[in-house]
Amino acid sequence: MGRRLLLEHDNVAGIETFDVYRKNGGYRSVEKALKSMSPELVLEEVQKSGLRGRGGAGFPTGMKWSFLAKPEGVPRYLLCNADESEPGTFKDRYLMEKIPHLLIEGMIVSSFALGANQSYIYIRGEYMWILDILEKAIAEAYEKGFLGKNILGSGFDHDLSVAPGGGAYICGEETALIESLEGKRGNPRMKPPFPAVKGLYGCPTVVNNVESIAAVVPIINDGGEEYAKIGLGKSTGTKLISACGNLVRPGVYEIEMGITVEEFIYGDDYCRGIANGKKLKACVPGGSSVPILPHYLVTKTAAGEDRLMTYESLADGGFASGSMLGSGGFIVFDEDQCIVRNTWNFARFYAHESCGQCSPCREGTGWMEKVLNRLEHGQGNMRDIDLLAEINKKIEGNTICPLGDAAAWPVAAAIRHFRDEFEWHVNEREESQKRNYGLIREPQSIA
Amino acid sequence: MSSSHTDLSKRHSEKPVFSAEKMAEVQVLFAQYPEGKSKSALIRVLHMAEEEFGGWLSIETMDYVAEVFNIQPIEVYEVATFYTMFNLEPTGKYVFEVCRTGPCMLLGSDSIIDYIGTKLDIKVGETSADGMFTLKTSECLGACGYAPMLQCGKKYHEHLTKERVDEIITAYRAGQTPN
Amino acid sequence: MIKVTIDDVEVEVAEGTTILNAARMIGGDVVPPAMCYYSKLPDTGGKCRTCLVEVAAGSTKDPRPMPKLVVSCSTPVQDGMVVKNKTSQRVHENRGAVVEFLLINHPLDCPVCDQAGECHLQDLGFEHGAEKTRYEEERRTFDPIDIGNKIKLHMNRCILCYRCVAVANQLTDKRVHGVLHRGEHAEISTYIESAVENDFSGNMIDVCPVGALTDKTFRFKSRVWFLKPMEAECECTKCSGKVVVWQFGNEIYRVTGRKDRYGEVEDQDGKPGWICNDCRFDKKDLSKWNIIGPRTIDRHSVISQGKYEGPRTSIKKVK
Repeated sequence: MGRRLLLEHDNVAGIETFDVYRKNGGYRSVEKALKSMSPELVLEEVQKSGLRGRGGAGFPTGMKWSFLAKPEGVPRYLLCNADESEPGTFKDRYLMEKIPHLLIEGMIVSSFALGANQSYIYIRGEYMWILDILEKAIAEAYEKGFLGKNILGSGFDHDLSVAPGGGAYICGEETALIESLEGKRGNPRMKPPFPAVKGLYGCPTVVNNVESIAAVVPIINDGGEEYAKIGLGKSTGTKLISACGNLVRPGVYEIEMGITVEEFIYGDDYCRGIANGKKLKACVPGGSSVPILPHYLVTKTAAGEDRLMTYESLADGGFASGSMLGSGGFIVFDEDQCIVRNTWNFARFYAHESCGQCSPCREGTGWMEKVLNRLEHGQGNMRDIDLLAEINKKIEGNTICPLGDAAAWPVAAAIRHFRDEFEWHVNEREESQKRNYGLIREPQSIA
Repeated sequence: MSSSHTDLSKRHSEKPVFSAEKMAEVQVLFAQYPEGKSKSALIRVLHMAEEEFGGWLSIETMDYVAEVFNIQPIEVYEVATFYTMFNLEPTGKYVFEVCRTGPCMLLGSDSIIDYIGTKLDIKVGETSADGMFTLKTSECLGACGYAPMLQCGKKYHEHLTKERVDEIITAYRAGQTPN
Repeated sequence: MIKVTIDDVEVEVAEGTTILNAARMIGGDVVPPAMCYYSKLPDTGGKCRTCLVEVAAGSTKDPRPMPKLVVSCSTPVQDGMVVKNKTSQRVHENRGAVVEFLLINHPLDCPVCDQAGECHLQDLGFEHGAEKTRYEEERRTFDPIDIGNKIKLHMNRCILCYRCVAVANQLTDKRVHGVLHRGEHAEISTYIESAVENDFSGNMIDVCPVGALTDKTFRFKSRVWFLKPMEAECECTKCSGKVVVWQFGNEIYRVTGRKDRYGEVEDQDGKPGWICNDCRFDKKDLSKWNIIGPRTIDRHSVISQGKYEGPRTSIKKVK
C-alpha cells in the first residue's frame, strides 16, 4: 500500500471533530501559510506540486489559480465544487464525511493564496447530511479562531459557508455551479468571460474540486516538491479512486499515481478482483463520461504495455484504444453485464441531466436515449447503430458546456469496441431479451 | 402532455408561513451572502420550505418563498422545476428514491425497484394507498460502491437486498428510522 | 480598430465586436444565421448553435486555428482572425445537424402556422434541412396556452431561444413567464395561469424566431404573403408609434415593429423601436395611422416575392 496523504487518518475515532483532527496534525498548513508564507509563495508551492484538478478535467490547479484576475477593490471568491454527481464517483463524499476539517483547512489555505475573504462549498443537495457535518466542523473552526476575523493574528479574514444544490448533475460544471449558487437555474454560462475574470456575482472566482482543495494541505505541509516526488511524470501525488461495479471489494482508495491498473483491480490492497469469480468484461476508469475499455485494453495498452493509473497511461491510445482518468470513478463490468443496456442507462442519465439550453445537447441527448432504449429492448435496426454514431458526432464539440461531450463519448466508445454486441441485439432480437452477449472477442489487430 | 407536467390542481388551503424561529434561520442564511445577493439562499430555503410545508412545494409555498426573497414567483418556479429534488406534488410520508444509474444497475437496482413496487403495490412515481410511501427513481446519488441503494430524506440506505428492503419498510411503518 | 477576415472578405471593426456583428457589417451571405441572438436584447445568444463558424486562424499573434467551431454571436473577434462561414464544409455539416436537432421535435405544422413565410426555422430548414427525417420517435407535444389575452404560445414550435424571456426581463416591469423544467422537457410557460399584462409584452411576438408566440388578434386571418406591409406612424405616448401595418385591401390585419433584414426591430430615434401593445393590438383602423408608404421587406422569404420588387432570392433549390 502506498502513502496516504489525504486519508491517512480516516479511521481514527473522532477525526471529524476539531480536537482529534488537530491532535493528528490538523491545521498545521494554516499556521504555516498564514504565519510564515506569502500568498504568492503558497501559489508557488501548489504550482511546484504539479497538482491537477481532481474533479475530472485534470487542469493544473496552480495554473488555474494564476489566471485569477485581481482588480483593485473587487472581492474574489473561492468555490469548492462538492457537487459530486458523475456516475461511479463517490470519493469527495467519503472525504467530507470522514474528515470534514481537511477540506476546511484546504479552503482556508487556498483562499489565503487567492486573496479571497469569502469562500463557499457548493454541495449536491442529496448530500444534505454531509452539509450538516461540514457546518458543524465549520462552527468549530470559527470557535477555534481558524475562521473569521484576523485568523491566528495574521490579519487575514475569512468566512466560509456551505450551500446545497437541489439535484442537478450539471451544477458540477463550474459556471452552472456559479449560477446555482446565485439562486438560479443551473444553466452553464457562455465563455468567455471565464470565472477567473467574471464568476460569482461578476467577480473573479476560482472553482476547485473537494479533493484538489484537500490536496493543498499536504502540499503546504511537506512542500510542493515532496508532493511531486510521488507519482509519474505529469501525474503527481496521490489520487482518490472510487471503485464500484462487480468487484470483490469496492470502495474509496487513495493510490499513489502510477500503480498498475492490474494491481488496482486484482491487488490485495485494493479491489481484490472481480466478484463471484467472474471474468472482467469492461471498465470505465474515470466516471461515466469517459470512454469504456474492453477487457483486453484495461490492464494493457494497445501497444502491449502495462496500463497505469495515471492521466497519461489511461489516455494512451487516444479515443481509439484509450480512456481517461477523469474523476477517478472506476466502474468495473463482469462478463454477465450488457454493454448495450449500460450505454442506454448512461444515455438516459445524460438526457435527464441536460439543462436544455443549447439545442444539440437538449435534442441530441434525448434522441440518443430513445434510440438506445429501442436497441436494448430488441426494437432496433442496423441503421440505428450508425445513426447513434452520427448523432454523437454532431453533439460533440458543438455545445455550450462539456455535458454534450460527456454524453457523446460513452456512446461512441461503446459502439467502437462493442459493435458486435450492438449488432447482436439487432440480429438476435429475441435472444437478446433472454440472455446477455457475454465477453467480446479481442480483434486481431487493435492498434 | 399539457403545458406543464405537474398536476396544479393540488394546492395548500392556507397560506404557508415560516415560524419566527425558521424565519431567523432564513436571516442567518441571508447573512452568508453579500448585500443584495441573498437570492443565493433560494435553493436552501426551498429545501426548508419543502420540509416545513408538507414535503412538497405547492404554488402557495413557492409564492410565499418569492415573497420572502422579494422576487417574482416565476423566478421561484423556474428554479424549483429545474432541480429534481423538489417535489411539485404531494408525496407519501416517506419518499424512497432508488438510484437507477449504471453502477447501481450493475448490482441489481432494477430488481430492487421492482421489488419495492410489488411490495407496496405501486408503480414508480406513485404513493402507497396508506399514504406512507412514495416510490421514485433517481440518477446517481454517489453511493456507487455501496450499491444498490435508496435515499429517504437525509438518509442513505445502502447495500440493499430484498430482506434489507423489508426491514427498512417495517421500521418506517413502525415510526422508527432504520439503521 | 482591428481587422478580421470572414469568408475571404476583410473588415475593420471595433475591439469587442463579435464575429457575427463583424459579418453583419460585411452583409450578404457571409452572415451566419442567428435564431437566439438578438442584438437589441443584452444577454441573448449562444444557445441555438446555428451561428457556429470555423476560426481558421485565431489572431495575428496566435494564428492557430480553433479546434472547435465557435458561436459567432458570442465570440469576440481578434486582430487578424480568419473566419470561415459559408466557405467551410464543417460549418455547413454542423449547421445542418443543428437544424436537424431543432426539427426533430418540431411539429412541422407550417400549413397552419401564422409564422409561415417569415419563419427563421423555415428558412434554415430550406437552406440546410435534409429531405426526410431520421427521427422515428414520438415527438414531444404540449397544448397551446394563452400568455395574456393577446398572445398565444405554441410550445411545440418553440426552439427555446429565450428571447421572449429577455423581452419580459428587459422591457416589462414584472416577468410572469419563463423557462421551466429542464433538458428536453424544458418549456416556456407561466406555470400557473397568469396573464401577461404589460404595455410592451407584445414585443415577444416580434422577437420570436418561429411560430411559438403569435398575435391572437391576427391568428388564422391570412397568410403573411397575401398582405401588404406599409410603413405607418401615429402619435403615441407610450412608444415611437413607428410601425408596419399589414393590410389586406383597406383593412389592417396586424401591426408589427419595423424589422431589419435579420428580423430585429430597427432603431427609432436612436432607441430600439419596440412598439406598445396599444399600437400593436388595438389600432386596427386605418384612420388611426398616417401611412407613409410601402415597406420593403428585406428578406429572402416568400413575403418579398413579387410584392414591390422582383424576387431577390439567391437560395439554392432543393432537389
